[in-house]
Amino acid sequence: MEKVQCKCGHINPAGTLLCESCGRSLTEEGQKEKLVDMRYEGTARRSQTYNKSIIDKTWNFFSSVKIGVSLIVILLVAAALGTILPQEQYVPVAENDEAGLKEYYGEVYGIFGDVYYFLGLHDLYDSYWFIILVGMLAISLIIASIDRVVPLYRSLKNQRVLRHPSFMSKQRIYANGAAADDSLEKAGEKLKQLKYNVSFDKNGLLAEKGRFSRWGPYVNHLGLIIFLGGVMLRMVPGFYVDEMLWLREGETRSIPEAPGFYLENKEFILETYTGEGEEEVFGQAIDRVGNVVKTYRSDVVLYKNTDDSVPGATDNIEVEKEYSILVNEPLKFDGYAVYQMDFRLDELKAMSFALTNKETEESFGELTIDLTNPEEVYDLGNGARVELMGYYPDFSGFVDGEPQTATPIPNNPGFLVELFTPDTPEGEISFVLIQNTIEPFGDNTHKLSFQNVETRDVSGLTVRKDRTLPLLGIGGLIFMIGVCQGMYFNHRRLWIQQQADGTVILAGHTNKNWFGLKKDLDQVTEHASLPAYMDQQEELENQEKKDGDNKS
Amino acid sequence: MSLADISSNLLYVAFFAYLIATFVFGGAVKGNKQRTFKSEQRWSKVAFIITLIGFAANLGYFFTRWGATGHAPLSNLFEFATAFGLTIVGGFVILYAIYKTPVLGMVVLPVALLIIAFASMFPSEVSPLIPALQSHWLAIHVSTTVISEGILSMSAAAGIVYLLKVVDMKTKSKKRFWLETMLYALVVVVGFIIASVTFNVMDYEAEFTYVDKDGKDQEMVYNLPPVFGMNEHVSLTEGTMAPLVEMPPVIDAGKLTTIFWSFVFGTVLYLLIRLITRKRLAELLQPLVKNVDLQLMDEIGYRAIIIGFPLFSLGALIFAMIWAQIAWSRFWGWDPKEVWALITWLFYAAYLHLRLGKGWNGERAAWLGVVGFAIIMFNFVVVNLIIAGLHSYA
Amino acid sequence: MSGNDKNTNKRNKKRNRTIMRTAIMALLVAAIGYTIYNSATAGDVSVMKVGDNAPDFTLTDMEGNSHKLSDYEGQGVFLNFWGTWCEPCVREMPAMDRQYEEYKEQGIQILAINIAQSNFEVQSFIDRFNLSFPVTIDSNKSVMEAYSIKPLPTTVLVNPEGKIQRIVTGEMTEQDIAGYLEEISPE
Repeated sequence: MEKVQCKCGHINPAGTLLCESCGRSLTEEGQKEKLVDMRYEGTARRSQTYNKSIIDKTWNFFSSVKIGVSLIVILLVAAALGTILPQEQYVPVAENDEAGLKEYYGEVYGIFGDVYYFLGLHDLYDSYWFIILVGMLAISLIIASIDRVVPLYRSLKNQRVLRHPSFMSKQRIYANGAAADDSLEKAGEKLKQLKYNVSFDKNGLLAEKGRFSRWGPYVNHLGLIIFLGGVMLRMVPGFYVDEMLWLREGETRSIPEAPGFYLENKEFILETYTGEGEEEVFGQAIDRVGNVVKTYRSDVVLYKNTDDSVPGATDNIEVEKEYSILVNEPLKFDGYAVYQMDFRLDELKAMSFALTNKETEESFGELTIDLTNPEEVYDLGNGARVELMGYYPDFSGFVDGEPQTATPIPNNPGFLVELFTPDTPEGEISFVLIQNTIEPFGDNTHKLSFQNVETRDVSGLTVRKDRTLPLLGIGGLIFMIGVCQGMYFNHRRLWIQQQADGTVILAGHTNKNWFGLKKDLDQVTEHASLPAYMDQQEELENQEKKDGDNKS
Repeated sequence: MSLADISSNLLYVAFFAYLIATFVFGGAVKGNKQRTFKSEQRWSKVAFIITLIGFAANLGYFFTRWGATGHAPLSNLFEFATAFGLTIVGGFVILYAIYKTPVLGMVVLPVALLIIAFASMFPSEVSPLIPALQSHWLAIHVSTTVISEGILSMSAAAGIVYLLKVVDMKTKSKKRFWLETMLYALVVVVGFIIASVTFNVMDYEAEFTYVDKDGKDQEMVYNLPPVFGMNEHVSLTEGTMAPLVEMPPVIDAGKLTTIFWSFVFGTVLYLLIRLITRKRLAELLQPLVKNVDLQLMDEIGYRAIIIGFPLFSLGALIFAMIWAQIAWSRFWGWDPKEVWALITWLFYAAYLHLRLGKGWNGERAAWLGVVGFAIIMFNFVVVNLIIAGLHSYA
Repeated sequence: MSGNDKNTNKRNKKRNRTIMRTAIMALLVAAIGYTIYNSATAGDVSVMKVGDNAPDFTLTDMEGNSHKLSDYEGQGVFLNFWGTWCEPCVREMPAMDRQYEEYKEQGIQILAINIAQSNFEVQSFIDRFNLSFPVTIDSNKSVMEAYSIKPLPTTVLVNPEGKIQRIVTGEMTEQDIAGYLEEISPE
């Protein structure tokens, strides 16, 4: 395509609609129109000008509003598809258990569930095609913005004060008529008062206000791009930590992915609303639904390694802070945050037994076995003692006569013990389980009779670190600034020219809120006694209306 | 009288004020037939004052309830719905103050009435906050969102008025079909309310046991005659009807039954209107919009989105993300409610691009405004009641 | 300006534009590709790699002797993370003990690191299998964390230079153990 030379002599880039210098329409259709199309100032949108190589074609594809909107709509429909059935993270199946997932969807949702799983919709938002769609939208955001903001910037920067009468007469706000000699200066005066930037050139004047609002769309797109960049960065290793930490009351554990930090769980507290006292007002609701939880709280102590110490050693850690983690109040340290996410109540902690004679029920004393730290011998005095020979916290059966434990957690503790009393100094072997005792060598005279248990709760804590949060925040902020800038401010311009014959022509344009522009102009017209203006678009519409009425 | 009682009485006051105002606005617009503009102005003014009284009572309800519970009353379906009704009317009050458009009142107030009536079908007693909701962000996030949705709804109201005027109801067309469907949907909501109230007055109750999708035994109570039964249901109440169809365990037959009865009552009501008047609903309403300024409706539709969209971005996405990061440890989790907020946002973004970039205004923009409201309502009703996620506290 | 100059100028401009556009789009496509790659591999990010320096630690064994990894520089160190509930761990212990007897004179150290169990359980385990290599308890899981150990058993082989030679997850046969010990034994 060739560059276009305007009648005024200015050479415009190919594809320009309105001459950059004087504002004449450069296309034939444009010349016929009653009003000019002021979108992008009539500059050549870069993508529209060249369309030859594959690169240019791709560029143009992404630059188009039509494609952008299509991408938005496709994304919207795709996102909706993912809400028909719960996504895999909300389904009670272990992570990465593909077979289990398939079965779950099939069993619970029938054939529809099978199809849903087969199509991969159960993990839609992490699928390649969904990421590619978001990526294409991001590309469209970037390219469409570059494509428009560059020529727009150029044209607004190179604005001429004097425009061709044909440009002026095709503006929506237009006036033409006799005026006083000093009307130009007076108008300028008033416009300055109204906070317009006024510039004069020979017999003309250009007043402009709120140009920055034109950048609004590009600023908000920039914000979105930064936000999406942040989201992308999250997937890069090291920027994002997400770990679950199950911490039992009384335990101290190294915090996953936070080297040098340890967390101790002092106590987990679950409170429900009582419906009494201050809470009386909630009585009715509590009666209807039963228990309503008031608090999940973990009282914790955060420890930090002393300098130059290495993992492993337990005596070189210092208290960093004590804190109560609540659902809306995570513990924060060093860029990490620890959240109260889950809990398990009443895990076994200690069990008490009495050593008794089976027949006489005579007791030789009691012992308490700390399940986290059992002892070898429990001496009950008076010649009675219990020796612990084996401890199986989660007893799961025998293999080759050897008791087994399934996990290190005391869900079903089993104790292999030898019981000594003054009557049986040689000892009796017994295998003690909850609710059950096995005596491998026949009938014993003595037994350990269960007394009571101590339990403890387990806090389910999530450890997070997200270094992209500041970036996301900045992106969101810039987006909001851009949106407000573009939507709540407007770019108003007035051109006034004093003709050789003494008459004045005036044209006005704003990207929105014509009412506001007219209000400004009313003041200027009055002050500088300018000719009365008209709203050409309204006139056109009225004309059409009349035509329509006449027809019917 | 306790604060909670005052609060619910104020809500009644608001409800009846809106009801009266609807008719007065209707009368005001209709009076226009005789071209007695003065009477229109006068009656509009009266209607507006009644609306204002209702709005004040509605605000009173909101803040007294806040006082009674100690937290912003935005924590369950009843509270959210009434707040939504409040912001819709609030949006109208502002519009009326600027543009003096009684015809909008005729559209907005009935919708607000329906929403408040819909709300009162759900448990309305004041309830305590679960730990996840105990945060100032409850008030910040939900109120911003509900205000933005109230404002965005104005776009739909203006859109409906626009469409009622421009769509030709005399000849068969897709447009005619969809406009009528929209109005029919509103009648179905009325059907829901009539069905609930009718059986409530009759004190209808049918109790069942059933086996849920995890194979556990559960109990449930129907307040409407059980057309659909749960998986392996067994009746516990004598003398009630036996369910006609048994549903698989994933489908909540209770909700399905409610939906069924809403459609039955709504459809009967709709057919009655058609039979008696021999006109489509839209045709019935068309005389009321005869003198509407289309350009003004288009402008209102656009303005509402210009104000509502940034507010929605802030409340339903940005504040939501901040709170989610604090309470749930992640700012985004693809929870259905989050996804639908994103969908709403994307939809209005598309609207703005089409309007500003492709010159879609007038009728096309009006349709889009109505679709936007449909998405908001979908997120509010369907996502809350059917697609349960983290956000379903009600 | 002659016509020729004009044409060259135009060609240059066009070329620059194509380069610019290609660069921007290539960058964006690369960013998306990288994102997809990262999301696909998100599950298996392993912090520890062969060739890394083995993180230092101090643990005390059941006899009260302190073991600091850095003190064993110049020797090959065989770190076995285990628990009594883990059946493969239990099965490979006797083989490890036999191989320890073979290699301990050749500058090899075996350290069994139990994951946060009680002294009683660990001691009775040692007694049952009569283990001769030092057994330690990582009571706050900090060493496990430092080595980002997920499944048990996991064995980390540290060469005499203090670098990770190999990471073995799952059960090892006696032959495997012998081979690994050979790999890390100093000349």
